[in-house]
Amino acid sequence: MTPAFDTSQHARFEDYWLDGAYDEMFGADNLPREHYRALHELLLELPLAEMRRRKQSADVSFLHQGITFTVYGREEGTERIFPHDLLPRIITSAEWETIERGLTQRITALNLFLCDIYNDSHSLDDGVVPREIVYSCKHFRRQMRGFSVPKNIYVAVVGTDLIRLPNGRFVVLEDNLRVPSGVSYMLTSRQVMKRIFPELFRKAGVRSIDHYSESLLATLRALSPQGRPDPNIVLLTPGIYNSAYFEHAFLARQMGIELVEGRDLTVHDNQVYMRTTAGLRRVDVIYRRVDDDFIDPLTFRPESTLGVPGLFNAYRAGNVTLSNAIGTGVADDKALYAYVPRIIKYFLNQDPILDNVETFLCSEPTERAHVLDRLDRYVVKAVGESGGYGMLIGPYSTAEEREEFRRRIQSDPRNYIAQPTLQFSRAPCFLDGSVEPRHVDLRPYVLYGDKITIVPGGLTRVALRKGSLVVNSSQGGGSKDTWVLH
Amino acid sequence: MLSRVADSLYWMSRYLERAEYTSRTMGVHLNLMLEHDIGSGGSRWPRVVTALGSQDKTDGEDFAAAESYGLSQIVNSIGAARENARQVREQISSEMWEELNRLFHESKRIGAPERFRAQPFDLVHTACESAHLFHGITDSTMLHGEGWQFIQAGRFIERVQHTARLVDAHFEEFHRPGLDPASAAEHMEWLGLLRSCTAFEAYCKVYTAELRPERVAEFLLLNAEFPHSVRFGVERLGRALDAINQATARKSDRLAKQAGRLAAALSYTPLEEIMSSLHEFSANIRRLCGQIHAGIYQVYIAYPIEAALGA
Repeated sequence: MTPAFDTSQHARFEDYWLDGAYDEMFGADNLPREHYRALHELLLELPLAEMRRRKQSADVSFLHQGITFTVYGREEGTERIFPHDLLPRIITSAEWETIERGLTQRITALNLFLCDIYNDSHSLDDGVVPREIVYSCKHFRRQMRGFSVPKNIYVAVVGTDLIRLPNGRFVVLEDNLRVPSGVSYMLTSRQVMKRIFPELFRKAGVRSIDHYSESLLATLRALSPQGRPDPNIVLLTPGIYNSAYFEHAFLARQMGIELVEGRDLTVHDNQVYMRTTAGLRRVDVIYRRVDDDFIDPLTFRPESTLGVPGLFNAYRAGNVTLSNAIGTGVADDKALYAYVPRIIKYFLNQDPILDNVETFLCSEPTERAHVLDRLDRYVVKAVGESGGYGMLIGPYSTAEEREEFRRRIQSDPRNYIAQPTLQFSRAPCFLDGSVEPRHVDLRPYVLYGDKITIVPGGLTRVALRKGSLVVNSSQGGGSKDTWVLH
Repeated sequence: MLSRVADSLYWMSRYLERAEYTSRTMGVHLNLMLEHDIGSGGSRWPRVVTALGSQDKTDGEDFAAAESYGLSQIVNSIGAARENARQVREQISSEMWEELNRLFHESKRIGAPERFRAQPFDLVHTACESAHLFHGITDSTMLHGEGWQFIQAGRFIERVQHTARLVDAHFEEFHRPGLDPASAAEHMEWLGLLRSCTAFEAYCKVYTAELRPERVAEFLLLNAEFPHSVRFGVERLGRALDAINQATARKSDRLAKQAGRLAAALSYTPLEEIMSSLHEFSANIRRLCGQIHAGIYQVYIAYPIEAALGA
């Protein structure tokens, strides 16, 4: 084959730098790590023009599939293509094995904890977690007290955010136990990457993630109320204006289940039905992508039009399963997060396999004083927020921003935590002809039904802006395909 | 199929049909106006807006009012069709969505009031062409199941009502003693009626180019083979309703009877009788269509929960 373009130019590495942060591709000896060698070689071999062509082909593919998300705040939610970096993030099978064990341990413990606080509260009696932390959490739902959910599984679908520290260890940054999103990006980006880098897939030996939708369906089926065989499973979406609507439609199609909105469902005699052209059809399991607050105007926010009146009573009557359960947000509260290692120890009598990030609770006077003295060094987060909103990154903040947060912390200390500014790992990104390192995190997706399933992969989010530590798509982040090797 | 999805498909299709016939009818009359109208256009615009379904007399009081009525009906119908499609994007093929979305964006551009006043035929042609394309794409890319049948039902119920209204309004004006359909001015108007239904060429194949009012009526109301005739539309509507009834296994006796009555009116009413009371005949068709529409809602979409649980 004679390429028609200039083959002498390759992706530049001149702007690549290594410092204290862990680099996913290069080791301490400045040589590519074993599992990155194939990618590194390809980058040296492939002409730049060919790299650019592949990048463009991937972008076009995302565009045509309509893989977009909505950014709030600016004029009525602008729809944007999810930024995608061409170079995969690669994880070895040994690293993955630790992640898998760690996440399995964590989801098991958190499920036991949720079951406990909504029923017997032994862990609160024993002082594992202060009662105030649990009861003052805005995601605690007293309506869930004394009601056991099918198989005692509260969180069936989890997306846990991990980061890698300079010592190479993965730690948990955040548990997402409510309605974690992003899995559709993981699945669609893999399809695109297989087309873009077939040679690399063959060489590297990448584990498949294709069974995610099937596993999700099996998980939901396992939660069928009263063990009903062949349950009617639906995905409840807030509708087309929701930022994750693409994902809802995608997953419903992949699983072959009906995508419903609140107005499609109706409750009669504590049974949930969906309105079809062939009459009412009973619904058994709802994979709900609507937040607790909006799911039933009779029980929660009365002004919600997204939910289904009477749904919560049908749920408590045991006639329908909601997944995830209501009230799981109490366990991913950023203040409760600090207690997860103790929760694991208490319920499983094990040491955590994946560590937490050191966390200071502003509700504790001594810790608050410590943080307020060093605001320029810490990352301060509002406990109830997600998506990178309501956050102060000390080292990159202005004096006014720090003053603003000082005021906020002092007026509502329970609402804030602080963590040291972490040098989390960087991975190579292809940025306009040059390969440069950018900070990445990792969100694997855990499913908990009859068994715990973690598809080998996840969503690697990348802070595409130089120097930025914020990986959220709403704040200039993008994603990478994540390869777990055999 | 979810009732909401059926509802959106049905309305997507109705709105697109409305955009198409409004475009075509406006196009025909804008064209006729260029050579025939002096002054305000006389009775043309009240008649046209009535045929397009307007209930408000001021919509047709002069050319400017009728023009803005027609334009907003075209642009709004396209917008509503696309909004309905957007609600059920995962239920239709991506090719269908892309075509409708393309039409929507294009209609915003060429349907801007200034632009439309200067170049009205751009929008008129684009809307008709895109609607044809859309139906072709629908037929060749979508599962011909229940959803497709709701699209057919919406399309033909809208079309039948329009053709019936159009014929009615035209005959009231031009089918009167003392008027000669062969005179130059009258001939153009009869031609315009046929063209509003893309029927001129097909009419010629059946009856030659000699335009006789009772033949035009027969063709537009009773022809069994012409896709814009009332009878053809009613037959397709009935087929779609049958298929939906089978797919959902609902025993909707009333809906079938209403569709049957409509079909019978078109199959068994002698032409002379229709001609002697065309206005009533047209009104009756529209009334039956209204009942069928209500029936679709009662049986498939907005049925009372108690009734459904009792069944």
